[in-house]
Formats: sequence, C-alpha cells, structure tokens
Amino acid sequence: MPIRINRRKFLASTAAGAAASAIAMPAIAQGTPFKIGLMTVKTGPLAQGGIQMEQGISTLLKQKNNTLAGRKIDFVSADTGGNPAGAKTKAQELIERDKVNVILGPLAAFELLAIAEFVRDNKTPLISLAAAEDMTQRKANPFIIRPSATAAQCMHPLGDYAAKDLKYKRAATISEDFAFGYEQMAGFQRVFEDEGGKVVKKLWPPLVTPDYTPYIAQLTNIDVVVNGFAGSNPVKFMRAYQDLGLKAKTPLLGGWTAMDDALLKSLGDEAVGVISSHWYSPGRDTPSNKQFVADMQKNYGVLPGGYSAGMYIAGQCVEAAIEKAGDKADDRTALAAALHQVSLTDTPRGPLKFDHLGNVIGDVFIRKCERKDGKLVNTIIKTYPNVSQFWTYDEKAFLANPVYSRDYPPAKNLE
Amino acid sequence: MSQWLTLAVNSISYGGLLFLLSAGFSLIFGLMRIPNLMHGSFFLLGAYFGVTFLAQGMNFWLAALLSAAAMAVIGAIIERFLLRRLAGQELAQVLLTLGLSFVVADACLMIWTGDPWQPETPHAFQGALQVEGLFFPIFRLVIVLVAVAIAIALWLLVDWTRLGAMIRAGVDDAPMARVVGIKVSQLFTLIFALGAGLAAFAGVIGSPVLSVYPGLDNEMLPVALIVVILGGTGSLLGALVGSFIIGFLYNFGQAWFPDLAYVILFLPMVVVLVLRPQGLFGKVVP
Amino acid sequence: MRLVTPQRIAAAIAILVLATLPAWVTDTYYINITSQILLFAVFALALNVLVGYGGLVSLGHAGLFAIAGYTAALLMEAGHGHLLSDVAGLVAVVIASAVFGVLALRATGIGFLMITLALGQIVWGLAYRWAGLTHGDNGVNVSGRPTVFGLGLTGATSFYFATLVVFVITVAAMALFVRSPFGASLRGTRDQPRRMSALGYNVWLIRFVAFLFSGFWTGVAGLLFIYYNQFISPQVAALTSSAEALLMVISGGSATLLGPIVGAAIVVIMKNVVSAYVERWNMALGIIFVLIITFMPEGLVPGSVRLWKLAWQGMRKQPAASGTLKEQQS
Repeated sequence: MPIRINRRKFLASTAAGAAASAIAMPAIAQGTPFKIGLMTVKTGPLAQGGIQMEQGISTLLKQKNNTLAGRKIDFVSADTGGNPAGAKTKAQELIERDKVNVILGPLAAFELLAIAEFVRDNKTPLISLAAAEDMTQRKANPFIIRPSATAAQCMHPLGDYAAKDLKYKRAATISEDFAFGYEQMAGFQRVFEDEGGKVVKKLWPPLVTPDYTPYIAQLTNIDVVVNGFAGSNPVKFMRAYQDLGLKAKTPLLGGWTAMDDALLKSLGDEAVGVISSHWYSPGRDTPSNKQFVADMQKNYGVLPGGYSAGMYIAGQCVEAAIEKAGDKADDRTALAAALHQVSLTDTPRGPLKFDHLGNVIGDVFIRKCERKDGKLVNTIIKTYPNVSQFWTYDEKAFLANPVYSRDYPPAKNLE
Repeated sequence: MSQWLTLAVNSISYGGLLFLLSAGFSLIFGLMRIPNLMHGSFFLLGAYFGVTFLAQGMNFWLAALLSAAAMAVIGAIIERFLLRRLAGQELAQVLLTLGLSFVVADACLMIWTGDPWQPETPHAFQGALQVEGLFFPIFRLVIVLVAVAIAIALWLLVDWTRLGAMIRAGVDDAPMARVVGIKVSQLFTLIFALGAGLAAFAGVIGSPVLSVYPGLDNEMLPVALIVVILGGTGSLLGALVGSFIIGFLYNFGQAWFPDLAYVILFLPMVVVLVLRPQGLFGKVVP
Repeated sequence: MRLVTPQRIAAAIAILVLATLPAWVTDTYYINITSQILLFAVFALALNVLVGYGGLVSLGHAGLFAIAGYTAALLMEAGHGHLLSDVAGLVAVVIASAVFGVLALRATGIGFLMITLALGQIVWGLAYRWAGLTHGDNGVNVSGRPTVFGLGLTGATSFYFATLVVFVITVAAMALFVRSPFGASLRGTRDQPRRMSALGYNVWLIRFVAFLFSGFWTGVAGLLFIYYNQFISPQVAALTSSAEALLMVISGGSATLLGPIVGAAIVVIMKNVVSAYVERWNMALGIIFVLIITFMPEGLVPGSVRLWKLAWQGMRKQPAASGTLKEQQS
C-alpha cells in the first residue's frame, strides 16, 4: 500500500524543511509566501489519477525544500470530487478565500471547461493536464497553459507510426463515448488516413461499461485495434480482449491513458506487446527523470505515470515563471504571461516550451510493453521530437476546421 | 452469425453473474421490505476482500468463500445493531444504507487506493474453448455453472427445507408468521447475512472479469435493482429470469443499438413497470 | 391562533440573519457557499413535497432539475433572453414532470422509486449521448446573469440576495401548501390511501398534481443552479445527484419545512467547506447520516425537537425526582 500523506502532515513537514533551508539561506526566501493551489480529485471514481497528481507536485516541493525560485511555497490542495460543480466551488475557494497565485489542475476536461471563464474573469493563472483540444485552440485562454498534451497530441504520432513503421492498412478504434475519446481518435484517424491507412470501424462504449464483450465481438477483419481508454477501464478492456482471443490475432495500440505507467501494476500478461504513445515515460534515461522516478518510489512506492509527471512538470513551470517574472511574480497577469514564455531544457519528459496558445511543444514517445524481471515496463522504441498540438499541419488551416469530435474529421471508410 | 453466438454465450455468463449479485437483494427486499441501497457496497467490499486474499496466494474458490463468510458476518452485524431499530421505516432505511455505502466506498478508497485491481483468472480456467474460430473464455462458462449451482442450492433451501418454509411464510405475511411461532427476528438476520454473503461471493467471482475499482458499487447497485424489479421482488425465479433477460438485453443492445447504450436497460424496465408494476414474476403486494 | 409563536420568532430571526449576512461575512467565498445552500434547499424542499408529504420516494428528481437547467441554458446559448429562457425552462420541467408523473404513478413504494430512477437515468443518458444538442460531457456554458429591476446579479452579493428572495418565496409557497386543504389531502393519500379513495378523493390526481408542484420548484432550483455555476453538464442529472437531494430531505427530516433546509446545509457544507480540512469527508458525511438515523430516525430537525422536549420535561421533573431520592436516603 502506498504511503499517503495528508495535507496537514505534509504542510507541517515541508514547513519544517522550509524553516531549515531558511536558516541555511537567509537571503533567498523573500517576503510573502507564494501560494499554489492544487485542484484534484481525491474521492470517488476519478481518485486514481487525482491522487497521483498530488503525489507529483508534492515530490517536487519536497525535492526543492518547499522553495521555488527563492520563494517559500504555501501549498493548498482541494478535492473537487470529480464533478464540474465541485470544481467551480473549489476554484472559488482557492481564488476568493485562499487567494492563490496559481492553480494546478483540475484533472478532467469537463471540470476545466466549467471553470475556464471563472479563472479568466478572476485573472488567476492555471496549469492543467485536462486534454480538451479547444482549451488551447479555438477557445484559448490567456490564463491557461497545458504542459501535458491535447487529446490528439500523442495520437497524431501514433497514427503516423501505425501507418509508416508498422504498415497497418485497416484499423478499428475503440474509446469511451466522451470528448476525450472522440478527440483522441479523430487525431489518430486523420494522420493514419493521410498516410494511406483506413479506419474502418469506430466504437464508443459508454464511460461505464461493465463488460466490453459486446464491443470486442465486433472487432473482426482488421489489422490493428487502437484503444483510447482512461481511468480503470483499460484494465478491464485488455483482459476481455485477451480472453476473447483477439490479442493473439490482432495487435493492440493505445493512447497515453490506456497504457500509463502508473497502471502497469494493475495489468497482467494481457498488456505485453501493446504499443502506446505517451508524452512521458519513466524509462527515459536522464539523471533528472531517474531522480524523479526514484523519489516517487521512495515517497509513495509507485511508478510515476502521466498524472504525477504532469504535475511535477507544472511545478517546474511555476518555478521558471517566478524566475522570469521576478518582482512581478505576484501580479497574476504578469505571471500568466511569464508562464507562456517558459522554456525548459530538463524536465522528466525532456525539453519543452509553449506555443502562443499555451499548449506544450515537446517529445512524444512510442513504447512497447514488455515483461522484464517479472515486471511490466514500457520500453521506448521511437521518439518523435518537439511535437506540436498541430502535428505537421498548418496552424491557420487547422484552426479553421471544426474542433475534433465524433463526426469530425468525417470517417469515410467505415464499413 | 458468429458474433451472435459470442454475444449469446456472453449474455448467459453475464446473466449468471447478475443472478449471484441480485439473488441476495431479492431475498432481503422480499422478506424484509428493506430497500438495501448498500448492496453494491457488499459486492465491492467482498471483491476487495477477495483480491486481498488472492494476493496472499490463496486458492480462488477458498478466497471467494472466505470473503462471503466475512461479508455475511458484517451483514449480520449491520442488521442486528442498525437496521433492526428501523423496522418498517423505509426512509430511515434508505438513509442508513446510503450513508453506510458512503462510508464503505471511502474506506475502500483509503485501504485499497484508487488503482484498479484485477486478479488473474484461476489457472485451471484460463484460456478459451475454440469452436470454428470463435473463442469462449472458459472462466465465463464456469461462472454460469457456479450461478446455476447456487440457484439450485437456493431453490432447494427455499422450497424443500424447514428454513425455506419459514422464509416463504415470512415473505407472504410476516405478522402471521410471528403468530405461528416463527422467529422472524433471527430469520431476518440470517437472510440479511446470506444476501450480503452472496453479493460478496459474486464480487470475487466477477473480479477477474470486471476488475475492482472505486465506483464499481454504484455501477452494480442499479443493475441489481433492475434485475429484481423486472423479475419481481422476493421471487428467486424472477431474479433468475430477470438476470438472464438483462444479460441478453445488455449484450445485444450494446452491440446492435449503440446509440441507445445508456438507456438500453432503463427503457425496457420503465415499459415493464408501467404495464406490470409488480414485475414479471412478482405477486401483487397489497 | 396566536400571532407570536416561538416558530415565528425563530423564522423572523432567521430571515433577519440571512438578509444581513453580507454585512458581517465579508469573504465572498462564504457568501457563495450560502447561496449554494439556499439553492439546494429549494431543491430539497421541492423533493420533500413528494417524499415527505406524499410518501413517494423519487430517485429521479435530478433529471427534472437538469431538464429545466438544460432548456434554459441551451436557449440562452442560442441567443435568447433570460426571461424567455427561464420561462421555457419552467414550462419544460412541468411538461417533463407530467410525463414522469403519469409513468411513475402507476406504482407506489419501490416501484415508484425504480421508475423515477430509470427516468432520471434516461435524462442523464440523453444529456450525455445527444451531444449534438447538449454538447455531451463538455456541458453548456451560461454566460452572464440576468438583471432584475435594474440590478445586475453578476456579483456574489447581489446574486445571494436574488437567491434569498427565491428561497423565501419557495418556503412561503411550501408553508401555504402544507396548510392548504390540498396539502392535507396529499398527507391523507400518504397515510390512508384506501380510506381517501373511499371518501371520494381521486388519489391518483392528488399525487399527480403534487408531482407537478414538486417538479416546478425543482425546476426553479435548476435555474438557480445554472445561474450560480454558469454551467451545466450531464453530472447534474446523474443518480448520485438525485440520491444527494434525497439524503438532504431525509437527514434533515422529511415532511417538515425546516428539515430539508438543514439537510441541504449539512451536505453543502460537508462537500465544499469541510472537504478542505478533512480528506475523508465522504466517510464523515456517511457517518453523520448513520448517526442521525441511529439517534433520530425521524431526521435531525424533528429528532432534535423530540430530544429537546424530553430534556425539558426531564429538567422539570428533576427536582421532584432528586427530592424523593433524598427522602429515601434519609
């Protein structure tokens, strides 16, 4: 069982750490503390990713002795319960009552959409992992940046890899029946079909589907299946996929949430051989990433995946933005501008910067799941460097199209 | 055609699992008139007990029985010390069982974290029967056998034993049963424990297929309600038939009418209830 | 009837406190929380009509709540004015209530509960799946709050007052309803449906009208909700939302005016305020429900009244009792 740190204990221990560092470096910590508010989900069905988010940012604050760019950090964490109304109230709590300098989170796209206007009206910068495409496209918000990826950002390269390197011709997609699923598969379909493949079947099981058999039974006469499941669904899906004998016949590809490394401990042999695309991989061989992975292991006994790496990186972005904004770091509008300018060379995911709409430009990794020393690992087999949310398409033309959805781009090759 | 066969076999297997889940609910509601809104929590908690035992290397069936026994004890305690005081107060029973389901869900999250658990399928039943290129997972066929075995055992219990006679008497007319000297009070505790144990057993049996994760309780509860209401409360035969109807509706509905996926279980239920409020096999309750 | 009763004094104090709240609570956050309590109290009061006075436990009211909210939000998104959108939302919710009522009132007891649950789930499914209309899980944004009599409701305080006015009107409507002959006949159908029938009352019609009344005020709460959150998404229609409203009614005390309000306050405060300090707030909420039901099966408000009366009687008897004790000892 991973060790959980509750908020008060955490604050106490980091405060002690900060006090120790203040003695060592009296000149650095200046003035009032800098307040970071985390919006995450710690109860209910979405808690899995939400807990990992808190572990990620907590690991960074621990490493940095609770001091970022010379500012002592006041860290508050709020549990939205995983629904939009809860997200709204918690945003009010963090902004109106706690008066935080920056918000990290929330987890889900529908939570972010519920508060986007509110953070803009209240001029509070926000760093989110939620993948809703339009948040950094047609409805870009000057107070929001995204250091993880849009829904399609990892799926564009996966479509490219499936068509060019794996030479698949006929693909079926299966993903939850909600915006994140639609946007992922739209991205895959667009690139895969531009490179000569055909998406011949698209299936959308409801978010809550006790048994995937009725859908898996429809996956016939294809070269490859692409799944975009999230949360705990990939575990259930991949087991059924294997049990019904498809794994031996038709290879399986996955988006980042479907094969996130934090999920590997819940998976068994059904995951071996699955190829996935992710903007982060704990297997990246750099000292800073190794340190992050080791600290996550030490603090919580877990292998970090996208949710914790994303929040760790969000913390690094805050640090860089405080440095950049200098005296103006407490001016929230200036901080939002500085966040857009952040360019980092060494994060767990590698170098990253942001486009003018606030979305990350960074590497995307194609990985294959293998069993090594009895444990499942995702081994990087190809890296796509500096991937933008627009892939190789022209930004203007991309934004002139409708946002990715269930119906766009139209699937012309369905059978 | 091949797809039909896969779906049909899976419908039966899913129906079997639903019967294990809802038989207990049906007994509890039929005999005690308690709308047990924590039945999903029994399923979830039982499944977590099971995966914990399995992680210790315990035999799959032993783990399922042990989990069922543990849950039966917990169920008995809840009935004796909490529900007992609320006899006949439907609203209070709703609040109590929902309140306890909050506690169970949050305790599970605390103990077993938010990560999904999916135990290995028992070794003897891994793999699939292959018939003309179609795969029928052996374990899912085993679920059907287990469900049928339990159904027969419950039928024997209810229809052929003294205890069963008392249960039937209690279902039909509890005050009358008391008058003729049946210890309805002990009977209630026993039934509630049995229902909780069955739900936990279903949770463990289902865990290699469904996996275990926060929120599973809220997914299973409405399904159990639908099965029981459709079949008719208090009728084991109703629960059995209802389970298989839902199994087929779910499998073929999802595959053939994906646009109706969200309402595929609720729409037929509304129709049945509007036409026949007592359910397909239920007696008219005065 | 006496003009000054303890209840009326308490009500006057409560209204005075609520009306002056922004003067002594300066933090906008707490003003907003109070607005939320009031809007969910309207919802719980509406549900209480059926659950408390009608004896009909609905687990589908979140569906009605969402129908009013979605109708108004979508019309506003299409560029229509607040008045038209809100009226349309209320018309839609009354029509939907009529449909719900006709179907669900085929049964009582658990059958009624199940039909309402299923209907609520169907609304949820539509909100989720009919993405062309509802934008699916992305939800609908509501930009701007209306201006009433020249007062903009954009700020937290002005919105709070608007919510308070609606809340007071709702409570008044409920009080009138409870005292009206119709309210009495609804309680009659709850306690003695056969006798009511024998006396010539149309039990079905009484329940049906009560359903419409309950649905209307549920719609009012739905409109307050979208103006408060400026957002609506399928989660609003989910089973958990219906269950939450039901818990508010029962925990506070069904078939009372104050009970649902207290219940709404408990749930909103636990969810939003206590959750900032207690990580296991879900468990705490569950334990509170269990404790309430263990010690006050009738709900917090009537239970407290009962215990208070017991204590009061106990205190009055105390001297005599101790007196006899002393006499015995001597």
